[in-house]
Amino acid sequence: MTPELGQGGLLVALALALWGSAAAASGGRTGRGALVESAQHAAIGVFALVTGAFALLVVAFLRFDFSVRYVATNTNLGTPFWYRITGVWGALEGSIVLWAWMLSLYTLIVIARHRMRSRDLYPWVLSVMLAIMAFFLLVMTIAAPPFQRLAPVPADGRGLNPLLEDTGMITHPIALYLGFTGFTVPFAFAMAALITGRVSDAWLAATRRWTITAWYFLSLGLLIGGWWSYHVLGWGGYWAWDPVENAAFMPWLTGTAFLHSVMIQERRRMLKLWNIALVILTFSLTLFGTFLTRSGVIASVHAFTQGSIGIFFLTFLSLVVLVALGLLAFRWKDLEAQGQLDSVLSRESAFLLNNVLFVAAAFTVFFGTVFPLLAEAVRGTKVSVGAPFFNQVNIPLFLSLIFLMGIGPLIAWRRASPDNLRRNFLVPVVLGVAGAALFFFAGVRSALAVLCLALTVFVAATIGLDLVRATRSRARLGETVVPALGRLLLAHNRRYGGFIVHFGILIIAIGVTGSQAWSIQRETTLQRGETTELGGYRIRFDGLDARRESNHEAVLGTFTVTRGAGRAVTMQPAKKFYPQEQSPIAGVDYRLGLREDVYLVLGDFAQDGSHATIKVQVNRLVSWIWIGGAVLTLGAALALLPERRRATA
Amino acid sequence: MSRRGRFVAGGAVIAAALAYLIYSGVTQSAVYFVTPAELQAAPVAGKVYRLGGMVAPGTLRWEPTTLALSFTLTDGKASVPVRHHGTPPDLFGEKRGAVVEGRWTAEGYFSATQILAKHSEEYKAPHDGEPAGYKGMMKTLSTDGK
Repeated sequence: MTPELGQGGLLVALALALWGSAAAASGGRTGRGALVESAQHAAIGVFALVTGAFALLVVAFLRFDFSVRYVATNTNLGTPFWYRITGVWGALEGSIVLWAWMLSLYTLIVIARHRMRSRDLYPWVLSVMLAIMAFFLLVMTIAAPPFQRLAPVPADGRGLNPLLEDTGMITHPIALYLGFTGFTVPFAFAMAALITGRVSDAWLAATRRWTITAWYFLSLGLLIGGWWSYHVLGWGGYWAWDPVENAAFMPWLTGTAFLHSVMIQERRRMLKLWNIALVILTFSLTLFGTFLTRSGVIASVHAFTQGSIGIFFLTFLSLVVLVALGLLAFRWKDLEAQGQLDSVLSRESAFLLNNVLFVAAAFTVFFGTVFPLLAEAVRGTKVSVGAPFFNQVNIPLFLSLIFLMGIGPLIAWRRASPDNLRRNFLVPVVLGVAGAALFFFAGVRSALAVLCLALTVFVAATIGLDLVRATRSRARLGETVVPALGRLLLAHNRRYGGFIVHFGILIIAIGVTGSQAWSIQRETTLQRGETTELGGYRIRFDGLDARRESNHEAVLGTFTVTRGAGRAVTMQPAKKFYPQEQSPIAGVDYRLGLREDVYLVLGDFAQDGSHATIKVQVNRLVSWIWIGGAVLTLGAALALLPERRRATA
Repeated sequence: MSRRGRFVAGGAVIAAALAYLIYSGVTQSAVYFVTPAELQAAPVAGKVYRLGGMVAPGTLRWEPTTLALSFTLTDGKASVPVRHHGTPPDLFGEKRGAVVEGRWTAEGYFSATQILAKHSEEYKAPHDGEPAGYKGMMKTLSTDGK
């Protein structure tokens, strides 16, 4: 009975969401508080019902209820406890449930936070959020019902995709979806602003922290995804420009643009139209990403018609874009800028350029992702543009963005005087050039690597210079240095949170540069006892072992790895054989280091253990990416703290 | 030049640069997907292709000591001999679909630099018999990622 209970609950939730959306809209139009209150109750009901359905699905997984098709396809009796829970969002139906649950949770938080504050906008925000909620509930009732029964009931399920049996897959989807759904809130506020005509800055101020939250989770999701790719997939990389990755990267790019352009509107009353357009774009891209990854359209333009999910998302996406653009056109006159650009050498234009570059990057990623589909649809040919295309097009854009990261935060508003430029940028430019020379003489011969590292030095110097100056001026007022720095960060948490995020990006840039430029690998077959060498490491093959786990069998190779006269380390890369999979899954073994990682992938092997083929990689500076990611999330967390408005300035 | 004019000019320069980046990116890195029949019909030596087909039964040879891998890809109409240096990936075997990227050589074989294994989030059921047929297989293969 429980599956029917879950599916029935979702149906009731759908009715509630539809009612709530209509009631909130009508309450917003007529000003009748009772209607808005009714919509709030509906939203609470939706949250309770979706939570209940989610819980029922988790219980179905834990109790191995294979009468539910989704459970039977995504778990089996041998699946370890935690992966039975994460299996809930391991595929389409469950991930829509997770998405909807987060959206209903966000709706509650919006009610709690904004009910009293953003009185004019609030009913419409609620209406838009419940309408979006209704769409996801509709998907769960018709296109991807999570509780659909399976007859006859199988004795055992098929099991989770083994690649998803990883701790990264517990957190990655959660972070990613918190990011995706998080952009619903700024979008709903933007829509409310357009509907009510209150397109001034109230909606921006109300959504500032929402945007940072969404951006924070999306960044975290992308980083965990990279980590998963690196340590699970066994190809030694963290980013492949796969359509699935691009789907999450596009809204990140436009969302990052939005985070920056907001500041221009706050300070100079410019870019109002642009900001609303960016929010619409970002939200649409989250829907587009789901369409792209869930509809099967990637496999072929003709594939997505096979399931209804693609049509659902495409229809909804078109509806969202049409309505949003219609409203935008309707309010066009109210969105004119009050300020204007005074000079090309100003913070405004640095930020504007930043925005253009971010949107350009998003466009190139979009283009590269859909290009094969377009080519197939228009000309019937199968063409692909792979990583070389994305790298070639995006590297100049990203390098320019890193350069702007040094300029933007320090250049003067309105018009930068020669004195302002000299004061802020002379030392960093000198350091950057000196850095370039240093790297060149230290043996870095790739022009791209030298350029990227020099830019990193330049930007780090601008951040350092600003921090030193600000701390010093506080210290001059009698504070000691360390508390002064701490108080400075807290007093201007948004600015310095941003600086720390920038610093994290620099560390990531170093990691990406280093891993692209200096990683080495070798693939070879070793007899037992034989040794191979790579990058100063000696790797000896000692033999094979077999091991039986709860849901798979594994063959482990034992290798002794030594470096110079250092201690010997035993590493055991494996091949894992899952009964539900046609082919084995690689079990990578790796030792992470600040300078380099040793990364072993077991290839083919002789049954008797006499020889094995091994891929050895020495991946340089990859750890910097994860460290940079940690720094970045710290900075975002600092920026999220409530702002203390110029209390100390 | 007026202030507005300067910004318009700046925007035009950026747009042109972007268009150039994308255009050169596409022309340099677009790789055409071909079937064995299409390749055999008009092979161009030295050109990069992405070739998809089924690994013909009985043709797969792999020498662990030298890492020399050879097999034949077929689409039922034509076959292409393929050579590669490296270990066969996990999702690879006879009577299975595979996509390889590399060049057609004047010596009459396809020299693969990369064998692309399917990277899909959701588990795909093994095809019983051959319900999808070559046509369906080619369709899935032609857009496979890494």
